[in-house]
Amino acid sequence: MTDAKKNSKVNKLKYPDGKTTVKRPFGERLRRFINNDNTVGYVFAMPFILGFLGFSLIPMITSLVYSFTDMTFGAKEIHFAGLRNFIALSRDDIFAKSVWVTFKYVILSVPLKLTFALLVAFLLTRKSRMVTLYRSLYYIPSLVGGSVAVALVWKQIFARKGLFNTVWMDLFDKTVNWFGGNGKLAIFPLILMSVWQFGSSMIIFAAGLKEIPESYYEAAMIDGANGFQRFFKITLPCLSPIILYNLIMQTISAFMVFTQAQIITQGGPQNETMMYALYVYNTAIKYSKMAYACAMSWVMLVIMVIITLIIFKTSKKWVFSEADS
Amino acid sequence: MRTKNIIYKIIYHVFVLAFGFCMVYPVLWMISGAFKDNQQILNGGLSLIPSTVIKTNFTTGWKGFGGITFTTFFKNSAILTTIATAGTLISSAFVSYALSRIQFKGRGFWFSCMLATMMLPGQVIMIPSFLIWHKLKLVGTYVPLVLPYFFGQAFFIYQMMQFMKGIPRELDEAAKIDGCSKYRLFFKIILPLLKPSIITTIIIQFYWKWDDYMGPLLYLSSPKTMPVSLAIKQFADATSTTDYGAMFAMSSLSLIPVFLIFLFFNRYLVQGIGTSGLKG
Repeated sequence: MTDAKKNSKVNKLKYPDGKTTVKRPFGERLRRFINNDNTVGYVFAMPFILGFLGFSLIPMITSLVYSFTDMTFGAKEIHFAGLRNFIALSRDDIFAKSVWVTFKYVILSVPLKLTFALLVAFLLTRKSRMVTLYRSLYYIPSLVGGSVAVALVWKQIFARKGLFNTVWMDLFDKTVNWFGGNGKLAIFPLILMSVWQFGSSMIIFAAGLKEIPESYYEAAMIDGANGFQRFFKITLPCLSPIILYNLIMQTISAFMVFTQAQIITQGGPQNETMMYALYVYNTAIKYSKMAYACAMSWVMLVIMVIITLIIFKTSKKWVFSEADS
Repeated sequence: MRTKNIIYKIIYHVFVLAFGFCMVYPVLWMISGAFKDNQQILNGGLSLIPSTVIKTNFTTGWKGFGGITFTTFFKNSAILTTIATAGTLISSAFVSYALSRIQFKGRGFWFSCMLATMMLPGQVIMIPSFLIWHKLKLVGTYVPLVLPYFFGQAFFIYQMMQFMKGIPRELDEAAKIDGCSKYRLFFKIILPLLKPSIITTIIIQFYWKWDDYMGPLLYLSSPKTMPVSLAIKQFADATSTTDYGAMFAMSSLSLIPVFLIFLFFNRYLVQGIGTSGLKG
């Protein structure tokens, strides 16, 4: 039955003789309309729908259109440029480097961070009043890590005469020039900083661990499973959906690292820390090559969609869903 | 057996505490740096206790730049953060209710859109958004930095939906039988039960926005409108030698609001994250 028919039926009142019908009064029809699930749904979802159109869809389409033009900031005329931006990108050494450096950052930081988060969350599942305190302690780096303040501290810690080198000097009688030389080392303090902020993933793991039924462990213990077996055969499979969630969220946010790179290294030395988001920002704002930056954004979007899809596809192999059992 | 258990317990607590101390060491070092002079900071001393306590860092730091003090910067941050957090809360709670509790047409479609936005990296739309705000002549104001928050933040919508899955549906049905409309159901029943999730949202959104650097960097250039995050960066940008003591003093102060809100709401943090829905 179509909706119109349904409504017309609802809007009519049947008399006891079963033949005569009259329209329901306006007030009642209005009330029915307002309380209809479709109306309620759209009323509550309206902020998102408007926001989605205005702040996601329109900018994305604008970006796509601009990427085929020669637009620069403040230019009076915009010309169609075909694929010129994309061809230029394929020849841009700094772009290639920024993609490579960003990949390096993601591949090293995300697995390390998640492993760390999971181990600490597991360590903190004991029933003890102190655990809440510990959890807060380990959450602090996540809480403050994104700030400019901590980025500046990090820069100082890994400086030539910084905290790190003081310790290193005492231990090994030499110093490490993190941000100098050919710059090959510069990315590691950034990776370390990201791993350091494992707290938010840890909290999500902790919430997940809490929901694994105690009875699973008890059953395993009766069967004589040791701690390792319990971890690998119960904890990991039960947590796998949450691992997937954390993996995707952390991968995406790692791809977008900006503040740390902008403050600690400014992309240098020799573009060894020229993270993708930083390069887009520089291209657009410093050099006002807007169209080129838009093209860059879209290339990255495509790369990220592919990576997310790969994660999702492979996840079928390792994510355990309760429906299977 | 019992002594063995106690020893094991002690080792556990010592290990966890020691490791935790290493984790917060950089933060503690920054706070102690607020009481050191440049010499002590740049020598890279490990010590958390300054050899001579310098108190002037706070007064010199607070003076800020070009006659604009940190009073202004803190006020700006407070305005931005409060408005954005309030916007996120209201709009995300609304949207999550619609998507998880109401069977309306197109729900599946909008849910997919929400997931897509959650995974859409903000930096991809950074430049076009900037151009649009520029066209609207709103660059330099707070509008681009707060308005989008009133239209639901996908991450928080998703978190709230996960949490809402744990609220029994029998409540909805009981309310329906009692003649309660879906609107009242939201305000009278769902919203109060959503409290832990709302608190998680406040904590996370508050510190995200407070720490936000890229947004203000893009949209604000006048020193008068700068939030603390941008202002601190100015210490490092100054052409003359950086006053590290003052920088660390202001950096430490900038983290206080984040810590306060965290301490205040801390016990809700794990409670508020529902993972039940993440299971396959």
